[in-house]
Amino acid sequence: MLMHFSGGWALFIKEVRRFYSVAIQTIFAPIVATLLYLLIFGQVIDARLEVFSGMDYSQFLIPGLVMMTVLQNAFANTSSSLIQSKMHGNLTFVLLSPISPLAFYLAFVGASIVRGLAVGIGVLMAGWIGFDVTWQSPAWVLLFAVLSAATMGAVGMIAGILSDKFDHLSAFQNFIIIPLTFLSGVFYSIQALPDFWQWASHFNPFFYMVDGFRYGFFGMADVSAWVSLSVTLSFFVLVSLINLILLYKGVKIRD
Amino acid sequence: MTQPFAVSFDQVQKHYGSLTALNQISFDVKPGCFFGLLGPNGAGKSTLINCMSGLVRPSAGSVKVNGYDVIRDYRQARRQVGVVPQELIADPFFSIKELLQIQSGYFGLSGSVQAKWIDYLLERLALKDKAGALTHQLSGGMKRRVLIAMALVHKPQVLVLDEPTAGVDVDLRKTLWEFAKALHAQGHTIILTTHYLEEAEALCEEVAIMKSGGLMALETTEALLCRHQYRYLRVKYSPQSDQEDTESKLVPALASRLVEHEAHVLVFRLDKSVSLNAILGWLSDSQVSVADVSSRDASLEEVFLDLTAEAPQC
Repeated sequence: MLMHFSGGWALFIKEVRRFYSVAIQTIFAPIVATLLYLLIFGQVIDARLEVFSGMDYSQFLIPGLVMMTVLQNAFANTSSSLIQSKMHGNLTFVLLSPISPLAFYLAFVGASIVRGLAVGIGVLMAGWIGFDVTWQSPAWVLLFAVLSAATMGAVGMIAGILSDKFDHLSAFQNFIIIPLTFLSGVFYSIQALPDFWQWASHFNPFFYMVDGFRYGFFGMADVSAWVSLSVTLSFFVLVSLINLILLYKGVKIRD
Repeated sequence: MTQPFAVSFDQVQKHYGSLTALNQISFDVKPGCFFGLLGPNGAGKSTLINCMSGLVRPSAGSVKVNGYDVIRDYRQARRQVGVVPQELIADPFFSIKELLQIQSGYFGLSGSVQAKWIDYLLERLALKDKAGALTHQLSGGMKRRVLIAMALVHKPQVLVLDEPTAGVDVDLRKTLWEFAKALHAQGHTIILTTHYLEEAEALCEEVAIMKSGGLMALETTEALLCRHQYRYLRVKYSPQSDQEDTESKLVPALASRLVEHEAHVLVFRLDKSVSLNAILGWLSDSQVSVADVSSRDASLEEVFLDLTAEAPQC
């Protein structure tokens, strides 16, 4: 059994080395971009807005921004790696190997977790240095970070498998991922929204990832952390099953 | 216990919508055979190879490699096969040596023995100096060699070469064939697709010819060449004779069989049943001042054209 996964382990290491070999683009650039958000939104709005009682806006914002970078980078890792491999043709090397669809899935999602966490930790460290950020429950923080990165890695994998060219992937990213991320409560609490948008936010799975993650920092959130965990876990199972079906059937990669 | 065929295709079909890329292909490749898979563009050769290597799922039928079904026993089947794809594939992130190490890892191979094998491949394929280079820094020929090394990294029993010499210079082509012959001598089964039919004729023991997704012929190269019912007669005549005049004087039996006339050389395509005496008689009747006569059997290329196109009949 272990032998069956050794190929998958090699693929995981290769995927990690792939994004690490272009770390300026894949790790440092997203950290800098996120810190710009923090600088602009945090500094400008800090004194004018109190989301949770007794808390600066910057302190509220940091967990949301960390989760946003985790989600976007986990998505980018699997989706861009797959589409590049398809365009360059080097996905063939993996497809010719005895790596099982499950090991293939685990390797790609595993690497996306590593990248998501690497970027998230970078932003969080800057938050610790520049702002007074503490966490109530590191276990919840870590659980939501890993689970959300895995989920978005899996979503990126679906996008990478189904896309035939960079344009398709760009549409997926710009019309689905970015709007859902921005409307997930990264910059605000949904309690501040009108009733309809509050209600609509509950259909956005990214909201539960951000809200559960924020709970780990403050011990309070818009919805129960257990609800957030259940929804995020269910969404992860759903996208994982879709991936495994696509991979076992060979959709768009073995036809 | 009988040894399984190196590759077994059984009623393999592949459809892309209404297009039939493979139409019930069935044949076996013997272990250790140097096998040629020929056919015009779009015949289905690459699709068949991709079905064998797992890159494409057949719509129906089965493919076995050394007795392992490529779908059911895909892990074992893929360990048996190394494929040198037709397209020049590149990976922009890793050096040649890293790519070989990564590919070894996919097959669960590592350690000093594997490292030595990678060094051997780099040495044997004249890639040692380029081991640290990225693929996009290499010439087309070098990239082709990298693909061969990648295909051999897990020491497969069956090596598939899908048009490996396309766009490759003469020296490299020679090197590649010497390497392929050496692998064949070591007992590897080699499956070759190529548009250079003289290569297939020189290297392959058995040949399958495909057209429009179907199998047109499957025989040993020798039998295929012998099966061809024509031979070619080359007649060189006196340089003092006028070319147009010579051709105009040919008796109908020869004129209808003329396939080439250049530089005082006439080439006739003749049924093997036609005796040499009859031909010499026709040449005499045509007042051809014969300087030299030679004959040859059809080449694989001519057999191929006969089977895949509507070649002129004599």
